[in-house]
Amino acid sequence: MQSKLNLNGELVDRARQSAANIAKDTQDFIDQHTTVTVERAVCRLLGIDGVNEMDVPMPNVVVDHLMANSILPVGAAWYIGNAMVETGLDPQGVAEAIDRGELDMSKLPAHSDADIRAAINPVVEKTITRINENVRNRNEYLSCFGDKEGPYLYIIVATGNIYEDITQAKAAAKQGADIIAVIRTTGQSLLDYVPYGATTEGFGGTYATQENFRLMRAALDEVGEEQHRYIRLCNYCSGLCMPEIAAMGALERLDVMLNDALYGILFRDINMQRTIVDQYFSRVINGYAGVIINTGEDNYLTTDDAIVAAHTVLASQFINEAFAREAGMREEQMGLGHAFEMDPSVEDTFLLELAQAQMAREIFPNAPLKYMPPTKFMTGNIFRGHIQDALFNMVTILTGQKLHLLGMLTEAIHTPFMSDRALSIENAQYIFRTMKDLGDELTYKEGGIIQTRANEVLTKAADLLVEIEKLGLFTTIEKGIFADVKRPKDGGKGLAGVVVKDDKYFNPFIEAMKGRVAE
Amino acid sequence: MSSGLYNTHKIDFDTTLDLTKLKPYGDTMNDGKVQTSFTLPVKDDERGEEAARQIAKKMGLEEPNVAWHMPLDKEFTFYVVYGSCVHTINYEDIHVITVESDVMSMEETNEYIREHIGRKVVMVGASTGTDAHTVGIDAIMNRKGFAGHYGLERYEMIEAYNLGSQVPNEDFIKKALELKADVLLVSQTVTQKDVHIQNLTNLIELLEAEGLRDKFVVCCGGPRITHELAKELGYDAGFGAGKYADDVASFAVTEMVKRGMGK
Repeated sequence: MQSKLNLNGELVDRARQSAANIAKDTQDFIDQHTTVTVERAVCRLLGIDGVNEMDVPMPNVVVDHLMANSILPVGAAWYIGNAMVETGLDPQGVAEAIDRGELDMSKLPAHSDADIRAAINPVVEKTITRINENVRNRNEYLSCFGDKEGPYLYIIVATGNIYEDITQAKAAAKQGADIIAVIRTTGQSLLDYVPYGATTEGFGGTYATQENFRLMRAALDEVGEEQHRYIRLCNYCSGLCMPEIAAMGALERLDVMLNDALYGILFRDINMQRTIVDQYFSRVINGYAGVIINTGEDNYLTTDDAIVAAHTVLASQFINEAFAREAGMREEQMGLGHAFEMDPSVEDTFLLELAQAQMAREIFPNAPLKYMPPTKFMTGNIFRGHIQDALFNMVTILTGQKLHLLGMLTEAIHTPFMSDRALSIENAQYIFRTMKDLGDELTYKEGGIIQTRANEVLTKAADLLVEIEKLGLFTTIEKGIFADVKRPKDGGKGLAGVVVKDDKYFNPFIEAMKGRVAE
Repeated sequence: MSSGLYNTHKIDFDTTLDLTKLKPYGDTMNDGKVQTSFTLPVKDDERGEEAARQIAKKMGLEEPNVAWHMPLDKEFTFYVVYGSCVHTINYEDIHVITVESDVMSMEETNEYIREHIGRKVVMVGASTGTDAHTVGIDAIMNRKGFAGHYGLERYEMIEAYNLGSQVPNEDFIKKALELKADVLLVSQTVTQKDVHIQNLTNLIELLEAEGLRDKFVVCCGGPRITHELAKELGYDAGFGAGKYADDVASFAVTEMVKRGMGK
């Protein structure tokens, strides 16, 4: 693609190199640590599921036991494998024996690494086969129905009740939605476990559970077959259980996951060491399962000023890209985020939005960019809101954004009604149809407002990345450089769940999945 | 959707669908959610907002939420209100009269006319009375039609005459006799103070006074016209929004044959 913005290519390369250095520096820390949710994700991938009599999920039963006996540093895989060799039970059987108090992992004799590997490998294989089949099913659907050209229309459902969500999601899919995201209930990101089973009570959203994933997946496949389109399912791989949600998504064929390296730290006050380690394994899994991740840079602009803080979005996109690369993810799965959040009362902000969207497109040419609609300046005036969404739709079609999260005219009033979504889909389809090739027809004035803006933002982002490279990522976050939020390295939630790995530690799923995509 | 004020109400109503107690639907069965927007001739302050809330309550909206208010002038304020409608209706008891004819394509209609009538059918249309809007009658009659439905002028077996707008009823009847019309099509777009009803009634009265009612198939159309209203006013059929030339032509020619105006 020919640059319309005359972007300084050297500056882009320099910024990308800084981000790579930042990620590499942090990766050393990641490689030395594991967390409770990383180990619970390993348990889930080994087939441990269900809850005990107290409604504690079985992966928590196992990991709490390892933690209580101070043996988590060796990892769940090693201990479960060791118990399998010793008892002849499968992983679920081991978990149930622990729950009954019949098995103390710390008291079992240690078997050889080779025996442990031999016990655990068939279980790993079985899971990998299941994920491969999921990916194969997705690819078959896509080759049978064809994939959507142009932007994916991305809508959310959030009734709190998975069955009502399904009603809403099916209606939206029939109206033209390509991606359905089930927003999570308030506060789930701060739970250090994943609830179990189908759920009907949530506030402002619906619990992410494996059963809810399965129910929605089946419903979307059904409506997709009717409509001859593949409808993608999205959920939230963030909070204190990032890798577990990723594991559940891989097992139930989710297609898109919110999965930001820094979001939980900045916006949910989750400890930075915890999130940095968690995001890594979650991205290895998402990468393997062919999931498109979404990063959360849009949130910077709801807390900070969109005109002033634009460069922090770009800097974060570079960092998210670098971390995704460290996790072995392909560019085609990196749904880097940004948003249309400028104050509508300021002159020429449409030009600035256009400049930044085009800039992101040119700097990350292979990434399916995720573009978020106006929220901050949505007022309750549904009539103006519908027009704000129309301008947002125009930027997407002019600049080739891919994951287009539809704005709702009732943003700031309530979670969307069925009719709100229908109006929103109609708005986007109208604009995407009538302006389909307008972007190709346009060039921007040499040295004009749009070109100047893009280069300014790039320059500031590149400078910021140099600064972060010097400080290191953790110190940068401590100083409040992102989104104007300061987080101490030892503060926030979930730090107790971070441990330094033992020499014997192994994670068979990172070995099997990293840098690969299931076929 | 990062900043919305999400609904955190616990659902304390029965969410089973009961068609004898039908209610509007927002995102949960029987939530009753509706939106209304209106202007009050008062200034934009808390008292005005409360007034808007009370109006909404009198309209039958529980827990009204004034989502937006905006001054239009010193003493005029615009409100957008959401609330839950308390009213229900019995859907099972509703019976609606609709035009009952199978809709044929242009080719099928032409073939039907050849077979059952054996000559070209003459259709005369106009926007009558004081109504200056031709968009409705044009959509039905003009060659290119509307929304992918060809107009009557394109039909090989129909001779269509579009007399345009503001045609007095007397002139309309005179012209219809002159052209030996089979079918009269009357379009009414303006509905303020029910002017369309007076005008439509007037046409039928004139036709009956002159003993001409039975000579024509008479149809009316417009955004606020329903088949039920048309029948009440003495028309053979009424066509509302979302009806096109093929609906009108199919009805008119089958009605002609039914009334023995065919071969």
